[in-house]
Amino acid sequence: MSILIDKTSRLIVQGITGRDGRFHASRMKAYGTHVVGGTSPGKGGELADGIPVFNTVREAVWKTAADTSVIFVPAPLAKDAMMEAADAGIKLVVCITEGVPTLDVVEAYSYIRRKGAHLIGPNCPGLISPGRSLVGIMPTMIFREGSTGVISRSGTLTYEVVYNLTEKGLGQSTAVGVGGDPVVGLYYRELLEMFENDPGTDAIALIGEIGGDAEERAAEYIRDHVTKPVTAFIAGQQAPPGKQMGHAGAIISSGSGTAAEKIAAFEAVGVPVAREPGQIPELLRSRR
Amino acid sequence: MKIHEYQAKEMFAAYGIPVDQSIICRSVEDAVKAYEQLDVRKVIVKAQVHTGGRGKAGGVKLANGEAELRRHAAAILGMDIKGFPVDRILVGQAVHIDKEYYVSYAIDRRSKSAILMLSREGGMEIEEVAHTTPEKIHKFVIDPSIGVPDYLAREAAFTLFDDIASVRRAAVIFQKLYKLFVESDASLAEINPLVLTQEGEIMAIDAKMTFDDNALYRHPKIAALNEPTEEEKKEQSAKDKGFSYVQLVGEIGCMVNGAGLAMATMDMIRLYGGHPANFLDIGGSSNPTKVIEAMKLLLDDKHVKVVLINIFGGITRCDDVASGLLEALRQIKTEVPIVIRLTGTNEKEGRALLQGTRLHVAETMGEATQQAVTLSEQSPDAKNHTL
Repeated sequence: MSILIDKTSRLIVQGITGRDGRFHASRMKAYGTHVVGGTSPGKGGELADGIPVFNTVREAVWKTAADTSVIFVPAPLAKDAMMEAADAGIKLVVCITEGVPTLDVVEAYSYIRRKGAHLIGPNCPGLISPGRSLVGIMPTMIFREGSTGVISRSGTLTYEVVYNLTEKGLGQSTAVGVGGDPVVGLYYRELLEMFENDPGTDAIALIGEIGGDAEERAAEYIRDHVTKPVTAFIAGQQAPPGKQMGHAGAIISSGSGTAAEKIAAFEAVGVPVAREPGQIPELLRSRR
Repeated sequence: MKIHEYQAKEMFAAYGIPVDQSIICRSVEDAVKAYEQLDVRKVIVKAQVHTGGRGKAGGVKLANGEAELRRHAAAILGMDIKGFPVDRILVGQAVHIDKEYYVSYAIDRRSKSAILMLSREGGMEIEEVAHTTPEKIHKFVIDPSIGVPDYLAREAAFTLFDDIASVRRAAVIFQKLYKLFVESDASLAEINPLVLTQEGEIMAIDAKMTFDDNALYRHPKIAALNEPTEEEKKEQSAKDKGFSYVQLVGEIGCMVNGAGLAMATMDMIRLYGGHPANFLDIGGSSNPTKVIEAMKLLLDDKHVKVVLINIFGGITRCDDVASGLLEALRQIKTEVPIVIRLTGTNEKEGRALLQGTRLHVAETMGEATQQAVTLSEQSPDAKNHTL
């Protein structure tokens, strides 16, 4: 089992005729994801790697019964693309695009929620349910089918953690990169709930970083609602205050959002925090 | 991106938000002219710097008469506040303050929306108020589809004012400030304090705005107000090359692909007893030009005694990364020891390419970090860095 995506997911790729869209559409298709279509206004009727291209998301949904969309359009167009997907009835919108203005995300997120859909990202690597479906840009060869759920604010750091998990024989049910921006869609709380309710997940790895207080709130949620073992890792202990560390959301502002606070919050509720990414598998094992 | 108080006040005024009368000055002579123009006895002189706490640092003074104005202007111009030299002062008419309030719009990660924050504890550090007396801060989550309608603005104003005349005036200010916040893609629009004057007027006597860097492309006029520090210039020039770079004070330069992994690498260096010299995320691809630029950036920092390269090869295969690195290192002559750790797709092939070169090749992050720390300690002129 898995969360959010599985073998039945029907995916369209928004921006499929762009360089990244085309490249990743082919990769996702090769992995076994049902990439049923793509969109690119003005290029309807074309094929991209054998995938039909539509002018609008509405037409794509109408013709293919797609329920999931992944967005590769440039940042200035991302808000429109996210809203178009939700308006056309897509239930899970995954926005890979980096550098989307925050207020655009605020507006799109609010609209997507009103339409009863979910948003993941922007500025994220997407998600994967190994062996079933890939919706995003993750390197598939490091993942293995299994029962560890992975939630992360980062890209390559997630790969690092997953690589270690797989090496130690811990496959993954679903791995979700939620995105590195201050405002993104689904976050720890919602995903923890989904993993808690997923019979195919028996442990959760949570990879956080400096900035905001989502880790602190996740710790509270775990204390009150999560029975499955959770292990955390927090990046950015050495980050200086007031500096954006690559991700727009990774910043210690006015002394809050530090790694120390987040680590303390997890430890206070009995969630072990790995000192280095390589330590996560043993911590997860010891609690299973 | 930050702007100065006087620039924020110009934006406030353009949106019809009442501000105190003030004039920006670059010299004592300017200040004297401004004083004459304002034509009042008491004025306030304020340093214009991109940092908080200027009052405590002596950058805000009340002047009574021209002689005092000259003295304060001369003292404040040329001050250094937390590393920011003062080259401009704002000379404004001193306002007869009855009460001070705090008002701001900011992005709230939790509700994923803009939030209006208000407090009767104006003029103080709002983080301090939030920490000690959180009940004194009122928050209103703004639904982006309706913004700040009259009822909401009134409701917010009633948390600060008790009489309907003041409530009505404040409500309009909150609506105008929201309009400015949204239309300029701000991440913060703050009035601290908003004051009620003894004459019964409500006005902003300070103004602070910061903007979303991701949205500057659609606000060229705001982008033109950017005044980067030397440090920020270096970071910006790195950004133009597709890197994220933050300078630190240690001796181990690091080059990593991905922000999260780059942070984790810095943490690990410290964990193993070393000090990271920087945060550097070189992004996804690993073409030789990019690696050369990154190496130049690292070696430009004379404190760097060892370079630690930590690459997770995902879609970009490790053997391609290795060839790119070798090409880059052929072009850069340096004596600085380089430790490299390559993991991911085709890692064995990648590592094989690097064997027999002067690079120290490690398999895990832990091993690589350990090697880098040991090499930095062996380095003849390694300095002791205190953090």
